[in-house]
Amino acid sequence: MGAITRRQVEHVARLARLELTEEEIDLFTTQLGDILKWVDKLQELDTTDVEPTAHTIPLRNVMRKDEVKPSWPKEEILKNASDEHNGFFRVPRILEEE
Amino acid sequence: MNYETIIGLEVHAELLTASKLWCGCSTAFGNEPNTQVCPICLGLPGTLPVLNEKAVEYAVKAGLALGCRIAEWSRFDRKQYFYPDLPKAYQISQYDLPLCREGRVVITVDGLSREVGILRVHLEEEAGKLVHSGESLHGSEYSLVDYNRGGIPLIEIVTAPDLRSPEEARIFLERLRTVLRYIGVSDCKMEEGSLRCDANVNLRIKDEEGEYRTPIVEIKNLNSFRAVERALTYEVRRQVDEFMEKGRPPAGTDLSRTKVTAGWNEALGRTYVQRQKELADDYRYFPDPDLPPVVLSSEQVEKWRAELPELPEEKESRFRREYGLPAYDAAVLTASRAVADLFEETARLTGDAKMVSNWVMGEVFRLLKGAGDDLEQALRHCSITPAALAELLLFVKNERINANSGKEVLEEMYRTGKAATQIIAEKGLEQISGRDQLAGLVAEVIAAHPGVVEDIKNGKKAAIGFLVGQVMKATKGKANPKLVNELITQSLS
Repeated sequence: MGAITRRQVEHVARLARLELTEEEIDLFTTQLGDILKWVDKLQELDTTDVEPTAHTIPLRNVMRKDEVKPSWPKEEILKNASDEHNGFFRVPRILEEE
Repeated sequence: MNYETIIGLEVHAELLTASKLWCGCSTAFGNEPNTQVCPICLGLPGTLPVLNEKAVEYAVKAGLALGCRIAEWSRFDRKQYFYPDLPKAYQISQYDLPLCREGRVVITVDGLSREVGILRVHLEEEAGKLVHSGESLHGSEYSLVDYNRGGIPLIEIVTAPDLRSPEEARIFLERLRTVLRYIGVSDCKMEEGSLRCDANVNLRIKDEEGEYRTPIVEIKNLNSFRAVERALTYEVRRQVDEFMEKGRPPAGTDLSRTKVTAGWNEALGRTYVQRQKELADDYRYFPDPDLPPVVLSSEQVEKWRAELPELPEEKESRFRREYGLPAYDAAVLTASRAVADLFEETARLTGDAKMVSNWVMGEVFRLLKGAGDDLEQALRHCSITPAALAELLLFVKNERINANSGKEVLEEMYRTGKAATQIIAEKGLEQISGRDQLAGLVAEVIAAHPGVVEDIKNGKKAAIGFLVGQVMKATKGKANPKLVNELITQSLS
């Protein structure tokens, strides 16, 4: 068994709303498996004295003042909308109520 | 059947920053749709969010006021899910390193103190707003999205499952609102959605077969204090009924990890199970590479702590100590900072705390309650300031008008915004306190009611009230009733 199963690839694809063909699933199972094997290889390094990090650049506390800046014109904002109505983005209906 | 109710709340409060969490778009409420939006709000390619420092300050202050430990290291994570109110298809939130942890809030239920644990307070962004209705008469095929709200800073406050009844949940939430408003980080208007609550509830049932826990139901998006209490009351009842009907699930069924998501239908007064969002709980959190970590020095945190105002608990005990108020009065007056300020400033101006607390808790509250459940909002939007109230109360205190006229004037002040002096002059309400002015009237009233006078002389002292009433009537309520009483008693003895 590889580092990742077909089933896991299908699951991840579904979460990302990606529709994959059988061939693509095979391909990605192999490719993702290879990537994970490389990560396993990295695990062999001794990192006892290394601080865990989530960021590659040693920055911290990058913040801005709480100041209002002009927003974009509504026309610009809606320009890329696939559909609009009365200044709203219009999307397929979402059901919420019982 | 013996059972214990277990409730935990997740509360979202919008922070009162001027600009959004990641960009300079305004956070103002109620404007034209999609007029407070920029490419960062929409998560367009190539944009970079930059953290609003005020939002960090407010979130930390909220944590401090709730007794939390503040994280030295904190960071933002992406929570992935697909929903049209979330243009990036992930919400920037905090996962394993929230800004604040492990706090507590003390509430009073039936005169007893209860401590409610706060598991965490974290900072995240608000989603846009979906509008489902108004498209056509025949049930629309579309939903409409307004992203003005998207990206407004929110804090999420998660309690431990320490609440033991729907009433406790409501009281906790009211206390939380009081605290957040005291420190000025959120206006907590439930009707505008700037304070929202999800409630988790299940039961620990004990009977001869031993202990059993019903599956946890999470009721989403409760948007009033009443809804929180009603929805939880309904859900507790429903879980009891379900257990009575169905009993325990068959052996081997593990329900301990099931969680049902429910909505609350206010009109029908019942909860309903929501269709499960497919795979909704697999959010695949990971650290947001666009946002460097937040590292707070203890000097910074202590500076913010020092900036916190007097909190409701401290104010309450000071009011008891300083003004000699009973526990109940001190609690009621400090439940809103605006009310507490009105009381304290008016007491200073009149020099009569007892009188002011009576008037505020009686007449002022009666008027404010006519404007809705939210006393603080009602007070902020009316013309009753400490100076205006003090002016009126000094008229009453100095017996220049009587208490009944005082109530009439207050109502008029509340309605029209006019000053007490003006209303009293216009209505000619100033009391007649001159002995000479009243002596003649008193004599007339006594002469006109020989029967009553007879009763009084025969020991029926209460009948004096009738004669006082006659004088008050003759002066259209302007006579000083104490003086009238005194004059009548004198003439009859």
